[in-house]
Amino acid sequence: MQLTLWTYEGPPHIGAMRIATSLQNVHYVLHSPQGDTYADLLFTMIERREARPPITYTTFQARDLGADTAALFKNSVRDAYARFKPDLMVVGASCTAELIQDDPGGLAHALALPIPVVPLELPAYQKKENWGASESFYQIVRACARPAAAARPARPPASTEGRRPLCNILGPTALGFRHRDDLREIKALLGTLGIAIGVVAPLGAAPADLARLGEADFNVVLYPEIAHLTAQWLQRQFGQPATMTVPIGVGATRRFIAEVAALSGLAPDAPSVTAALAGSTLRLPWYSRSVDSTYLTDKRVFIFGDATHALAAARIARDELGLAVVGLGTYSREFARDFRAAAETYGVKPLITDDYLEVEREIAAAEPALVLGTQMERHIAKRLGIPCAVISAPIHVQDFPAHHAPYMGFEGANAIFDAWIQPLMMGLEEHLLTMFREDFEFHTAAPPSHLGRHVPQASPPAANTDPTRWVDEALRELAKIPFFVRGKARRNTEKFAAERGISPITLETLYDAKAHFSH
Amino acid sequence: MNHSPAPPPIGLAPDALPVLRERGQREVFCGLTSIVWLHRKIQDAFFLVVGSRTCAHLLQSAAGVMIFAEPRFATAIIEERDLAGLADANDELDRIVTRLLERRRDIRLLFLVGSCPSEVIKLDLGRAAARLSARFAPEVSVLHYSGSGIETTFTEGEDAALAALVPVLPREADDAAPSLMVVGALSEIVEDQLARLFAEIGIAPVHFMPARRAREMPPLGSKTRFILAQPFLAETARGLMARGAQPIAAPFPLGAEGTSLWLGAAAAAFGIAPAALSARLGASEARARAAMAPHRAILAGKHVFFFPDSQLEVPLARFLARELGMELIEVATPYLHRQHLAAELALLPPDVMLVEGQDVERQLDRCRAAKPDLVVCGLGLANPLEAEQLTTKWSIELLFTPIQGYDQAGDLAELFARPLRRRARLRI
Ligand code: SF4
Repeated sequence: MQLTLWTYEGPPHIGAMRIATSLQNVHYVLHSPQGDTYADLLFTMIERREARPPITYTTFQARDLGADTAALFKNSVRDAYARFKPDLMVVGASCTAELIQDDPGGLAHALALPIPVVPLELPAYQKKENWGASESFYQIVRACARPAAAARPARPPASTEGRRPLCNILGPTALGFRHRDDLREIKALLGTLGIAIGVVAPLGAAPADLARLGEADFNVVLYPEIAHLTAQWLQRQFGQPATMTVPIGVGATRRFIAEVAALSGLAPDAPSVTAALAGSTLRLPWYSRSVDSTYLTDKRVFIFGDATHALAAARIARDELGLAVVGLGTYSREFARDFRAAAETYGVKPLITDDYLEVEREIAAAEPALVLGTQMERHIAKRLGIPCAVISAPIHVQDFPAHHAPYMGFEGANAIFDAWIQPLMMGLEEHLLTMFREDFEFHTAAPPSHLGRHVPQASPPAANTDPTRWVDEALRELAKIPFFVRGKARRNTEKFAAERGISPITLETLYDAKAHFSH
Repeated sequence: MNHSPAPPPIGLAPDALPVLRERGQREVFCGLTSIVWLHRKIQDAFFLVVGSRTCAHLLQSAAGVMIFAEPRFATAIIEERDLAGLADANDELDRIVTRLLERRRDIRLLFLVGSCPSEVIKLDLGRAAARLSARFAPEVSVLHYSGSGIETTFTEGEDAALAALVPVLPREADDAAPSLMVVGALSEIVEDQLARLFAEIGIAPVHFMPARRAREMPPLGSKTRFILAQPFLAETARGLMARGAQPIAAPFPLGAEGTSLWLGAAAAAFGIAPAALSARLGASEARARAAMAPHRAILAGKHVFFFPDSQLEVPLARFLARELGMELIEVATPYLHRQHLAAELALLPPDVMLVEGQDVERQLDRCRAAKPDLVVCGLGLANPLEAEQLTTKWSIELLFTPIQGYDQAGDLAELFARPLRRRARLRI
């Protein structure tokens, strides 16, 4: 058993629902108790979808368990088919139905419906939402995708055939973090490159569209958590290569453009590639170089999210904003190996966990100046009084803003600059705070005005606690240091004193330590 | 209470009302959802669900926007190794509870809450609770109940939790003076108002169940009279009666009329003359009616359709029909407890369409065909119906908002009037 206050991912059938809801003309019959219907509100309230998700729940009750839950399931499938007339049906079990072992696939098959029925086996006690989405997408694509008329592999690059290169875009889903806006951004980018888009899946694709997946020259994989497995299969099946770079951040977007150009057979200096790379609306590089951003240098940032977004955030933080990555973690266990390797380049120990309490401990210990995380880390950061920006699912109603807010592409990079920097203090504001630290409104525990009304609860106390003794004068000086660096100052001073056998800590020790640690 | 109708004869179930019983897909939460308000109500209680990732996800999705402080609930997620027998479920539970109680030293009462998976694999939470209670006594007592979706619907989770409390309520001496127990989680403002009204009409002592703290739960004995403040507390009522308490049957305290009838039933049980009562309550009731008047102007004559959700549907329908002049198209409820709703059913218009249970697709067909002015429904249905140009009121808000008593009657009416006012007001 695992103690869970908040979960980063839902159960795997939620992933399947995201795929079914993304697709057109597909219906999902889920063998489950009534309470599992809460999932509808994720789509209708959080994402504000205007239609109910295409899901029928059998809603069996305790009294059905002794009777015939299998018959209930069959009736639900039959009724759902009659009512919704989908082109394809997906059937499966939720965690409770998995225990009663009714075999939804076999039962649905026995009905001999005139459409394809895809059974999903998603082990609810081992796997989670993203795995469920990935597996469901893969199973449905396998059931639908047909080889292209022209045989592949060995198809020549598009450019030599004198036609526009054709790609599919894989990964965007319902309830995906910024998927709607990322998709618009990437479509525009591919348009600038002169590349035609075949199928976008799963978002908006019907089974008939999935049948055409094999026609494209290559696949653009936006979210490996969801589409990597499917892209691998398409590669094996139809010889379609896939992009490996996720275009989040300036550097990654540039590498993505180069990768797509290569897959399309476009020359690196082709006019369309040059135009795409120019990114006429890109502002992040200049904003980051402008003098007011100097204060960002080496600000400590703690990053946690799904593997793709966390790694992208780390790269942007270090290379494009000049921050210091002091913590890097993910809840995507499926990507643990790649993640570990990447984390090494930041010199931090990767945190791979879905235990919210562990993440909380790590953040508190790292004392970052900024947290880039999920809604869960927003809770943690709020409690600790640390600024925070949200970079990844789990999804929240605020992650579906009314305005266009991509994370991908150059506009995504601009949006990231605004979203991450806004919670931090502006450069001059921070200097004022340091200079006038005894001002009654902003010394000691006063939080930055733009963080709202909350007061940090965990600013390290300036109380005189052993084993390390402080003289009162030194403690009073410590209290004048702004709260967000006070903990670090205290620890550094105590470490400095301990290493030299100094006790008690005086004003001199404090400033000796400051001098010691500043180079 | 001059202008309110005479209370109906109580205890006579009007079996005459026809009921459509449906069995199809239900679109309702399970009993776990009650934890979202119960954990705020009992301030030193913690709710540990023993369930699956689905249960944890349900709680966090239902609670999502409402929780600002750290919640006093969590889920012990059953994993493959627990099912395969590789880990002893009881050892695992002990380990988790120990970790939890170390982290939250303010907790005095821990509920182990069963779920569908724990019920299906027959995890004995009763024994676990007894064992853990012995281990953590006297600091923490441990109780258990089931909030599973195969056994409980939404508000029935509160019923199950309160029913679990009944056996451990302190025993009151048989020679104690008669006391009144008000049963059902109410907001503090409502409790305080009702306490003042009881004091005014001369009923004392009055206890509220559940109390705000675990150590302050009310005493119970053969002289205890109890009155339900919520219509979904059948198990709790049964438990209280089994311990010798006597029930007071009444409509529920929604609206001016409902509140007067509810207080009236309590007063009658304590031998207070109706004349004395109306002299004391007349002003409050008049104030409630005045507060409802502007909303009545918006709602009167409008048609309302209820999807089944909280079991508050029947009292709400009575309130909307009688005090605000609305027309009832369909009143659906997950379960119709004829006994506890007898006084309510007697007040409904005789031609009302009552539905017990649900087949959501067929009900949506009926709803679309009827084109009601206002649909009361759960969160999953509200936006899709709005997108179809229907106007909705999400029912879950009725559990998180103070709605009982005279001084909330206007607010309750406003909850129904607001979606209509909003629709009339937007120019987009
Ligand atoms: S219906 Fe059952 S499995 Fe689903 S959330 Fe409720 S208790 Fe958990």
